[in-house]
Amino acid sequence: MNPGQFFASSRVLIVAGKGGVGKTTASATLALAAARTGLSVLLVEVAGRSATAPMFGADAPGYEESVVYDEADHGSVRCRSITPDDALVEWLTNHGFSRIAKRMARSGLLEIVATATPGIKDLLVLGRIKALESEGVADLIIVDAPAAGHAIQFLQAPVGVRDTARTGVLNRQALEVLEMLDDPTRCRAMLVSIPEETPINELIETAFAVEDEVGLALGPVVINGILPRIEGLDAVEAPPDLTADEAADVQLAAALRRDRQSLQAEQLDRLETQLPLAQIRLPQLFTTEIGLPELIELADAAITSIESLDWS
Amino acid sequence: MTTYRDLVEGCEVVVCCGTGGVGKTTTAAATAMAAAAMGRRAAVVTIDPAKRLADALGISELGNDPTVIDGPWSGTLAALMLDTKATFDDVVRHHATSDEQAETILANRFYKNISTSLSGTQDYMAVEKLAELHSSGDWDLVVVDTPPTRDALAFLEAPKLLTRLLDNTIYKILISPSQGVLRAVNRAAGSVVRQLSRVVGAEVVDDAIEFFQSFQGMEEGFRERADATLTLLGADATAFVLVASPRADTIVEAKYFLDRLGKADLDAAAVIVNRVLPALSVDLSRAQQMAGSHPGGGTQALADHAAAAVGDDDRIADLLSSAPEATVVRVPLLPSDVHDIDTLHHIATLLTD
Repeated sequence: MNPGQFFASSRVLIVAGKGGVGKTTASATLALAAARTGLSVLLVEVAGRSATAPMFGADAPGYEESVVYDEADHGSVRCRSITPDDALVEWLTNHGFSRIAKRMARSGLLEIVATATPGIKDLLVLGRIKALESEGVADLIIVDAPAAGHAIQFLQAPVGVRDTARTGVLNRQALEVLEMLDDPTRCRAMLVSIPEETPINELIETAFAVEDEVGLALGPVVINGILPRIEGLDAVEAPPDLTADEAADVQLAAALRRDRQSLQAEQLDRLETQLPLAQIRLPQLFTTEIGLPELIELADAAITSIESLDWS
Repeated sequence: MTTYRDLVEGCEVVVCCGTGGVGKTTTAAATAMAAAAMGRRAAVVTIDPAKRLADALGISELGNDPTVIDGPWSGTLAALMLDTKATFDDVVRHHATSDEQAETILANRFYKNISTSLSGTQDYMAVEKLAELHSSGDWDLVVVDTPPTRDALAFLEAPKLLTRLLDNTIYKILISPSQGVLRAVNRAAGSVVRQLSRVVGAEVVDDAIEFFQSFQGMEEGFRERADATLTLLGADATAFVLVASPRADTIVEAKYFLDRLGKADLDAAAVIVNRVLPALSVDLSRAQQMAGSHPGGGTQALADHAAAAVGDDDRIADLLSSAPEATVVRVPLLPSDVHDIDTLHHIATLLTD
């Protein structure tokens, strides 16, 4: 599939996955890949502190936007973060509740409201994203969803709020967000995982739950940290001019790599059989920190992977 | 210097904390297994374990009481998978002044939200379960896995979850509808309630008021329980074990965790670093040189391994500098996932030998 067409197919991509699977790296990678097809991209983080801006070699953004990537011949990436508390106060203020907004923040009423309507904070973040989408602030909005617990919690929030707050302005907000989630030309989710047993199990469960319970369309899944396959790991003979320690190192590394590769192949096969979704595969980089050069390498891999997708 | 073995042998409570994806549940289960191997009666409370691990432990069926696992240990090993809602219901029944009061609360929608989807409830019930098992006298050691949260304090604040709601001034106004001095306050509260109803819908507000009103008479029991639980978490026989991996992002999270733990005047008694790449005798440049001069699968694997391990030692040292008193165990990256008793036993051995 043509990568430009791929990234233009929805205006919002929600990148979700459990903690520890490289969801934030995947979000930054997709944002850069989309920008390299010429789009202007807004990368939204929901956590308090930005983890993506440093990957672009930029300072962390606050509630205001900042440009982290802008190359001639390419599009651009802007970053911003949206925190639930800010979103709530902003939302109440915009809906004529500025007095109650202040009072809620002061009196602890907020806690009772949040308890009474679970998911309200996630809903308001999604509501803010929906507003950005309607304003057309970018060709593509990529959301790095919160990592806490299961990916599905964030995505289920609007359904939960709609069912809890059955009247009132909040209910209307939930319905508006659901309208966006139900329309694949406006919004899709991309789930992230790594090729290990437990994360793959969770990916499969989440994927089915998202489509069944949220009605949100899924894009291809992103599999992070794929070990490039090395051949010739069976019956490795260490070269003769190495010391005994060096030869032992070669054997150790070869045996470990062989085991990890076969475990990975097993999990990827299983994923293909059990989940009928296309996969974007990102290689494991043998570096410790991700900066712009590494991000470009990953974005190129994503683009190559998308080009070979048979997806529509 | 105490070893992890000493800790497993001497503690009454072990709390395994850390971010998701670092092998926390596995470490918790292996810790309990190690205690059983020493002849102790050990129970592990797991939260959302991977299915195959749950199968191996025989706890796939949701049961809220420990299931004893047979195996080659002289003590007793039992595991349970925390059922947050069922635990919360038990707590309500325990503190209720009558069956009727309990049933009213259990049927209330606001309560259902608290007991199923409120963030922090899982932590709260994990602590409750821990306290319940500890005080039963049936177990020498209770190990508890914690939900994946960024903030160590979320777990410590969990027992205060409900009492904090009860301390809320709005709540106090809501449950005392017409007492003289509060009449003026109540007019103000009434306007807040009306505005709130426009935001979240009237029935949500009604549910909340009903919940708080039906809760009367139970606060004291909940408060005492919260205090007792916090005392248990701070006790000498309770050890916090931080589980981490050498990856840069998880080290950042682990340090943040230690920092937050320190703010509550608590220390991590041990740091378990999982998934450590086995050490090599060669460094990266020599490994790359070997891959260049002797191209082949083995030397390529070696060069990748050396590159991936660069900085691991520094990052682990950096983490440990934040917990200088802690016992440290490095668990090597294993060739397979952990989902059977044998592999778990292997990890138990790695932790305590």
